[in-house]
Amino acid sequence: MTQLPTPAPPNVAEGAATAASTRFADTALAHDAVDVTYATLDTPVGRLVAVRTRAGLAMLSYEDHRGGLDAILDVAAARLSPRVLEAPAALDDVRRQLEQYFAGDRTTFALDLDLRLASPYTQRVMRATIAVPFGTTVTYATIATALGNPKASRAAGRALGANPIPIVVPCHRIVGSSGRLTGYTGGMHRKVALLELEGLVLG
Amino acid sequence: MPPIVPAHLPPFQRFLDTHSARVWRYLVGMVGPLDADDCFQESFLAALRAYDRLRPGSDERAWIMTIAHRKALDHLAAGQRRARPTASVPEVAHHDPAIPDDALWQRVRGLPPKQRAAVTLRYAADLTHAQVATALGCSEEAARRSAHEGLARLRKETTS
Repeated sequence: MTQLPTPAPPNVAEGAATAASTRFADTALAHDAVDVTYATLDTPVGRLVAVRTRAGLAMLSYEDHRGGLDAILDVAAARLSPRVLEAPAALDDVRRQLEQYFAGDRTTFALDLDLRLASPYTQRVMRATIAVPFGTTVTYATIATALGNPKASRAAGRALGANPIPIVVPCHRIVGSSGRLTGYTGGMHRKVALLELEGLVLG
Repeated sequence: MPPIVPAHLPPFQRFLDTHSARVWRYLVGMVGPLDADDCFQESFLAALRAYDRLRPGSDERAWIMTIAHRKALDHLAAGQRRARPTASVPEVAHHDPAIPDDALWQRVRGLPPKQRAAVTLRYAADLTHAQVATALGCSEEAARRSAHEGLARLRKETTS
């Protein structure tokens, strides 16, 4: 075959493919073809990645504490469904309720939760934790006792370290014996910031 | 050393981000800038629905281009049935009032379907001849020949 001059690719409008990709989230939602939606949310305690399924909010991850956005989405794809799309509009209620919480206008969250990413024991610890009111703290031992085993406070602490939905499941309200703050999934400075936001005087 | 096959499919958003520019260029080449968005949405919707049937580690690019190619052909066939008047005003006009569409690619869309598809997949979507063959469901040799015949015809039209 003779060598023929080859055509250059067609000119496409700048940003046209990106705009079409952005519109695709709406297409997928309108056809109910997406299983997992996510959005990034900027808050006073840093950037969060919110991930939701049809059942509810499944993850609320501190972006800098779970290996970054890519790692968070890899977990979602592997453990929830690979049909994952960025769809800020699908997380509007989560964004709004968090804004109200950080503005001091909300003390409880009204969100459906998908606890699938947590082990059965962690799910029990999470349910007990949700019952701890805004602006108060209880100890890990109290949670362990509520679940029927007063000696399991370390296990309860470990379970909350794996809490996939911090803030909404307020593991920052759970403290060590004698009220000492111990670890927190997003770093201790965040636990302090959240408790101060809730009006607790620390130190 | 055997290739490392990932255990899981990547999140679909990453798949979309990886392939959107190429699919877009291909569809602009195949159906033109005004109709590209409809085909784009349909292509990725079909891919999203079938996504769990894509084996981790398989050729994602050839797979999405196969889907986009089918959607483009469907669109062109439907357009022939509709026999739309060329003066009709398109509804789209999304973001860019001046949608560029070079004269050459308008002529590519005048080629017979096989040549048009082969030329567009090769030079708009920048696929290898092997990937073009996968998308068209033909042999690599046939894909190469269709692209070559398309180019020859374009050149003949230019020089005559």
